[in-house]
Amino acid sequence: MFFSFAVRNLRRHWIRSALSIIGIIIGVVAIASLGIMASSINLLLANVITDVGDTLVITPHTAIGETFTGDPRTAVDAAIPAREVEEIRRAANPHRTIPVLQGADEVEFSRGEGGYAQIIGLAPEDIPVLLNIAKGQYLRQNQPGALVGTHLAREYGISPGSRITVGEESIRVAGVLTERGLAADINPDYAIVVSDTWYESHFGVGDGYSMVVVRIGDIAEIDRVKGVLENQFNRREEVVDIFDSRDMLRQYEEIYQQITVFLLGIGGLSLIVAAVNILNVMYISVTERIREIGVMRSIGARRREILRLFLYEALVLGLIGSIVGGIASAISGYLISLVAVEVFTAGTTFGEGFTVFNLSAVGYIVFGIAFGIGTSIAAGFYPAWKASQLTPIEAMRHK
Amino acid sequence: MPIIRFEDVSKIYRLPAGDVVALDHVSLTVEPGEFIAVMGPSGSGKSTLLNMMGCLDIPTSGRIYLSGQDISGLGDDALTRLRRDRIGFVFQSFNLIPLLSAVENVEFPIVLTTGRAESRRRAVEVLAAVGITESRFTHTPGELSGGQQQRVAIARALVNDPDLLLCDEPTGNLDSKTGTAIMDLLAGENREGKTIVMVTHDPNVAAYAHRTIRIVDGRLA
Amino acid sequence: MIFFDLAVRNLRRHKVRSVLATVGIIIGVVAIASLGIVGASLSGLISGMVSDVSDTVLVTPHLAASSGDPFDPRSALAARISERNLGLIEKAAGQARVVPMILASDRLQVRDKGGYVTVYAMPVADIPFLLQQEAGIYPQGGSSGVMVGSLLAEELDLHPGSRVEVGGESVRVTGIAAERGMGIDINPDYALIVTEDWYTERHGAGDYSRVVVKVDDLSEIEGVKEAIDQQLNRRKEVVDVLDSREILELYYETLDAINIFLLGIGAVSLLVASVSILNVMFISVTERTAEIGLMRSIGARKREVLFMFLYEGLVLGIAGSLIGGIVSITIGYYVSATVAEFFTDFAVSGGAGVPVSVVAGYVAFAMAFGTGTSIVAGFYPAWKAAHLNPIEALRYE
Repeated sequence: MFFSFAVRNLRRHWIRSALSIIGIIIGVVAIASLGIMASSINLLLANVITDVGDTLVITPHTAIGETFTGDPRTAVDAAIPAREVEEIRRAANPHRTIPVLQGADEVEFSRGEGGYAQIIGLAPEDIPVLLNIAKGQYLRQNQPGALVGTHLAREYGISPGSRITVGEESIRVAGVLTERGLAADINPDYAIVVSDTWYESHFGVGDGYSMVVVRIGDIAEIDRVKGVLENQFNRREEVVDIFDSRDMLRQYEEIYQQITVFLLGIGGLSLIVAAVNILNVMYISVTERIREIGVMRSIGARRREILRLFLYEALVLGLIGSIVGGIASAISGYLISLVAVEVFTAGTTFGEGFTVFNLSAVGYIVFGIAFGIGTSIAAGFYPAWKASQLTPIEAMRHK
Repeated sequence: MPIIRFEDVSKIYRLPAGDVVALDHVSLTVEPGEFIAVMGPSGSGKSTLLNMMGCLDIPTSGRIYLSGQDISGLGDDALTRLRRDRIGFVFQSFNLIPLLSAVENVEFPIVLTTGRAESRRRAVEVLAAVGITESRFTHTPGELSGGQQQRVAIARALVNDPDLLLCDEPTGNLDSKTGTAIMDLLAGENREGKTIVMVTHDPNVAAYAHRTIRIVDGRLA
Repeated sequence: MIFFDLAVRNLRRHKVRSVLATVGIIIGVVAIASLGIVGASLSGLISGMVSDVSDTVLVTPHLAASSGDPFDPRSALAARISERNLGLIEKAAGQARVVPMILASDRLQVRDKGGYVTVYAMPVADIPFLLQQEAGIYPQGGSSGVMVGSLLAEELDLHPGSRVEVGGESVRVTGIAAERGMGIDINPDYALIVTEDWYTERHGAGDYSRVVVKVDDLSEIEGVKEAIDQQLNRRKEVVDVLDSREILELYYETLDAINIFLLGIGAVSLLVASVSILNVMFISVTERTAEIGLMRSIGARKREVLFMFLYEGLVLGIAGSLIGGIVSITIGYYVSATVAEFFTDFAVSGGAGVPVSVVAGYVAFAMAFGTGTSIVAGFYPAWKAAHLNPIEALRYE
C-alpha cells in the first residue's frame, strides 16, 4: 500500500515527476551510450591489432633518444648483421628465431597495374610459423613462388597461379595470405612474401636483416630471453631494440582504460545533475507535506516507514527514468558507435565488416540503468531521512 | 487499573527567550470507561496534556503510566507503536490523508502491521459503524463533507480497538448540527466502553463528558 | 525594479531549492567549458606535431596499395623516381619549384651514443628553401658537413661545430634546422640533412625517393597536380601525386569531430540542468498561484509577472554560470596540463599549453550557454504564470 501511495503522490504532481524522469533518462542515455562507444572503439582496435602472442621483435636501434616505437618521424631502413643474427639464435635457444628481410620494388600485377610494394623475405620453413594461408599453398623449398598479402590480392584480383612481376623478374603466386591487421612483427596485408633465397638473388645479398622475430612458446620464458638478449647486445650502448609484443597490448589497454573512465565520467556528470534535480524535487515534496507526515506519525507510522515511503517515490522516478533511458541508450549507443567507427577508420579499411553490438554493449546499458536507479535512491535519501526525523507535534503544527 | 496516570508530570520548553512551563507538576488519573473533558484558556497547556497522554511527547519530569506501563522514558519507536496499537486520535481539522480514499485512511494504522485483506475487512466494519454509507468508501476526503470527514477520522481512530480515544476540539470545524451528531457518536462509543479524553473550549460539548478537568497555566485548577 | 527585487526575494525564500538548481547549472557550465578546453588541448597538441604546409605537392613512386596515410611508416620504402622522370616532373611543374630528395638511413655516432637516423639528401640550393635554420649555417656542398634536425640536436646536445660520425666517417655539424613537426614534404626534426653532392660522393649517384613541388600560389596546385599526372601516368601509374591540403583536411576534420563531440556531451549536462530549472520554476509557479492572482488583481500587468519569473530563472542561470565559469578556469588549466603530460609520453615537444584566449573563449561560451538555457527553461513557466486568470488563481487552494 505504501508503494501505491508513493505512486499516487508522484502522479499528483505529474509535471515535476515527468521532468525529473526526463532528467534521469538523459543521464542514463549519456552514460550508457558513452560506455558503448568506448567499448566499440575497443572492439574495433582489438579487431585491427593482431595479438601475436609470445613474440619478441628485435630491430636495429633506430631512433636516437627518446621517442616511442613507431614514431613516424623516425622511420629508417637499417639492418642487423648476419653475425648478430647467429648470436641471437644462440641466445634464444631453444626458441625459434626467424630473421626477416624487408625491402620494396616495383610490382606489376596485371597489364600496367601495380606500383611499389613491400617485399618480405623469409626462410620457407619459417613462413607457416608466422603466417596463415587463405588460398593456395605455402612456399616450397627451392621452388620460386610468392605469397601475396590479402589487401593486395583483393585489389588486383590475384589468386594462386597468377603471375606477377617483381622488378624485372616474373614470379608465380603460390598462395594468398589471410588478413592479419596491425601486428608487432610483420604486416603482410599490403606486402608480398618470398623465400629468403629468392629475395637475396633478386636484391643481392645485403648487410643484414631488417628484423629478427623470436617466437617464444612459453610466456614465462619471455622475460628471461629478453634479459639475456639485452645483456648480450645492449650492454654498452643501445644496439638493438627488443620489443615485447605484450608491451604494445599493455600500452593500448592502458590508454583504453583511461579513455573509458574519462568518457564514463562525463556521462556520469549528466546523471549527477539529474540526481541533484531529484534531490531538489523530493526536498520540496517533503516540505509541502510536513503536516501530512505529522499526521501519519501521530497515528502510528514509524520513522522508517516514512523513510521507506519517500524512498519509494525516488525509486519509482529512478526506475522509470532508468529503464526508458536504457532502451533509448540501446538506440543512441548504436548510432554513436557507427559515427565513432566512421571517424576513426576514415581513410583506412579497418572498419569493414564490423559489428557494434555484443555482450559488453549490453553490459553498459545495464550499468547505466543500475547507476541511474542508484543515484536516484541516493538523491532521494536525504530528503526522505529528513522527513522521517520530523517530530509529530511540530510537524502537525506546521502551516 | 487506571488507563492513564500522571505522577507529578512537568513539561518545560527551553527557548532562547526563556523557559516556558507548559505543565507544572500535574498529577491525575483516568479510569477505564470515563469520558473526560479538558478545558482551559488558550495557552493553558491542555494540548500539551493531550499530547502527553497520546504518547506524542514525553515529560521533562515526572512519570506517565499507560495501562500500568511507564511511558515516560520510551524511545520514538516504542511510543509510535503504542500510538498505533493502543491510542486513537481525533483532530479538530480532521487530518485525513488527501490522497487516500476513506477506507484507505481508516485502514492506515492497521495495515502497518496486519495483512491487507484483514485490514480492509476491519476498516469496512468500523466505517459502517460510524455511519458512513458504503458508496462513500472510495471517496477521497476532498469529496466528503466536514461531518463525513470527521466520522472517517473517528473510524480511523477506532480501527485498532484502542484503549483510549483522544480528541482535540472534535467539533471545532463543524456546524452545530453536525457537531451534535459527532458528539452523539462519541458518546455512543463511550457507552460501549471506550475511554475518551477530549479537549474543548465549548461548554455544550463538555457537557457530554462525565467530568471536566480544568487546567490553567499548566496546573490543574 | 521592484519585480527584480521580488524575484530575488522569492529565490531566497526557498534557499535550498535555489541552491540545488544553481548547482545543476554550475556542473553543466563546468562540463562544457572543461570539455571544450580538453578538445582545444588535444587539437593544439596534434597540430603542434603536424606541420601545415599547404603549398606543397608531393610526388612519390606509386605504391601498389597504400593505406592512404602518408605518415604511415610503411610508405618509407626503398622506392625510386628516376632522373628521367624527375625531368618530366620539372617540365610539368612549370614555374613551381621542384625539389628532388633522397631518403636514406645511416649510422650516427655521437660521443658514446649511436644508432640509425634518417638522412635527407637534397640539392644544396634547395635546403635553405625548404628549411629554416635555428643555428649555424646551411651545408654548402661536398666537404662541408651536415645539418642536424632540431629535436635530434637537443637530445644529443649538438651545436654548430660539433663533430659526429656518420656511417663511420667523422663530419662536422654546420647548423641546426628549426623545429618543424611532421610535414608531408620532410620530417627533419629527428633527421640529418645533407647536400645531394655529399651523399652521392659517398654512395654513388642514384634515383630519388620523392620529389617535392612547391607552388607560389595556392590556386596553382590543382593545375600542377594534373600536369604531373598527365606527364608521368599516361600509360600506367608511375607516381602518386599528393596534395598536402587533402591530408591535412582529414586530420582537421577528425579533430573537429572530436571537439564537437566533447562539447556535445558537456551540453547534455547543461540540458539536464535546464530541465531541473524548468522543474523548479514550475513548482514555484504552482505554489504561488494564489499570490500571482493577488498581484494581478491589484494591478500587476502580465508582462510584469512574466518578467518577475524570468528574472528568477535568469538569476539562477547567471549565478550558476558565473560560479561555473570560475571553477572551469581552474579545472581547465588542470585538465590541459594533464593532457599535455599524457602526450609528452609520446615525445611531443613544445607548445603543449592552451593559450589563455582559448580558455577564456570556452569559459565565456559555456557561461553564455548556461545563462541562455536558463532563460529558455524559465520562459515557459513564466509565461504560464503571466497568463493565469486572476480570478481562478485567487480561488486556487
